[in-house]
Amino acid sequence: MPAASSVEMRKVNKYYDKFQALKDIDLSIPPGKVTCLIGPSGSGKSTLLRCINFLEEYDSGEVRIDGQLIGYDAPNKKMSGRRLREMRRSIGMVFQQFNLWPHMTARENVAEGLIRVRRISKADADRRASEALAKVGLADKSASHPSRLSGGQQQRVAIARAIAMEPRLMLFDEPTSALDPELVGEVLSVMRTLAGEGMTMVVVTHEMGFAAHVADQVGFMEKGELVSVDSPDRILHHPEDPRIQSFLRTYHERNSF
Amino acid sequence: MEWSVLQQYGPSLLKGFGNTILCWALGTVFGMALGLVIALVQRYAPRWVTWIVQAYIEVIRGTPFLVQLFVLYYGGPLVGLRLDALPAGLLGLTIYGSPYFAEIFRSGFRAVPDGQIEAARAIGMSESDIVRRILLPLGLVSALPALVNFSIILTKETVILSIITVPELLYQVQRMSAETFRYVEANLVLALFFWGLVETISRVGLRLEARITKHLIERT
Ligand SMILES: Nc1ncnc2c1ncn2[C@@H]1O[C@H](COP(=O)(O)OP(=O)(O)OP(=O)(O)O)[C@@H](O)[C@H]1O
Ligand SMILES: [Mg+2]
Repeated sequence: MPAASSVEMRKVNKYYDKFQALKDIDLSIPPGKVTCLIGPSGSGKSTLLRCINFLEEYDSGEVRIDGQLIGYDAPNKKMSGRRLREMRRSIGMVFQQFNLWPHMTARENVAEGLIRVRRISKADADRRASEALAKVGLADKSASHPSRLSGGQQQRVAIARAIAMEPRLMLFDEPTSALDPELVGEVLSVMRTLAGEGMTMVVVTHEMGFAAHVADQVGFMEKGELVSVDSPDRILHHPEDPRIQSFLRTYHERNSF
Repeated sequence: MEWSVLQQYGPSLLKGFGNTILCWALGTVFGMALGLVIALVQRYAPRWVTWIVQAYIEVIRGTPFLVQLFVLYYGGPLVGLRLDALPAGLLGLTIYGSPYFAEIFRSGFRAVPDGQIEAARAIGMSESDIVRRILLPLGLVSALPALVNFSIILTKETVILSIITVPELLYQVQRMSAETFRYVEANLVLALFFWGLVETISRVGLRLEARITKHLIERT
């Protein structure tokens, strides 16, 4: 198991034209820990997560992975594509919509990055891809195309695709939100296993149960601000900020019947 | 109807049809290739390059093929471009088709979900690998029906090459009509040949489509 990364965000700001999507974000993500981000829709959770691997370009501030600035060599000086790709190699990402490549089988999806990015031989890549698929419980589906897999299976292939690259950090953007309720569990259980192995994880989620039981810290966002970062217990069970209280009240009302 | 003239003119009609197929096939292949390059340039090149290419697209799409051929064949020599009828016709078809093919590829690329491109970026794939491994294969699949459709349209544009004396089917048919006054027979032959060609292309296209989309269709 490769060492786990840490992430430091300092005064990160992000604008879409005039609209400020992230406001002075300060966040420390310790190595080997699970950080969950919660908050209402449109509060900037995805934007924050995507700044960590520079899929979204932040406008000011710093995002450092293991002390290394990502995206820029200096303020206003973009990092070269090659350097950025090198840094992304050790950051896995899992999307709400899975985003598997539909023209490739499960195994080919997982092997692609190993072959193109890690420059591993086809035979080795296939072997490692099969291992990664076995790890997420899909050894028997390696020859299937995504169109023949359930949502939960597709998301597990997507996780296998990320972990096969041996990342030191994993980003999850609402990995279970597109799934039917009965398929959520299989994906969360794979994520729990990963967390148990000491992977640094940042998880945007509406699964409060997962946040309460697996997270080491929970961040609450609203209107582009990171309102509070604290232990799951203090955020989810004893919140002091009225904005968090009101968010959780709405959440509980929606989920009770 | 008087079909006996066909005995005499059969060979030249067949040769004409052969030239038609040749012009169509090469014009389509080259036009597609140029269109693909244009579509990629429009997606990745710096802004000022895309403006120049856009101007090219507007000019070619805004003028009749006939005029383009005249300019190329009769105007070319004025600037030192002296081409025989057949190469001039091929070049003309290539140029004429390229902006339409480019548009087809562009919309094919747009049909590839951003998320699938982002997933490739997120694992550190280079842009050129993303194009080769993700954008092209998926974009081509969505573009295929329109590509087949436009190559069918191109079959019928080949007859315009007769005007610059390319000996394709219409050229031979007109020669036969002029010499025998058998207009109806000659043009029936023309229609039949084209119908056969178009039918073949569309069948092959459908086969191809069924084959490459087999794995892409969501099971419901
Ligand atoms: N590409 C974009 N262009 C303009 N505005 C954007 C863009 N992406 C996001 N936004 C805006 O930025 C804000 C934050 O969006 P973001 O997707 O980060 O929210 P979120 O917290 O992930 O919401 P959700 O829970 O719905 O996924 C929203 O108001 C959104 O409308
Ligand atoms: Mg989001």
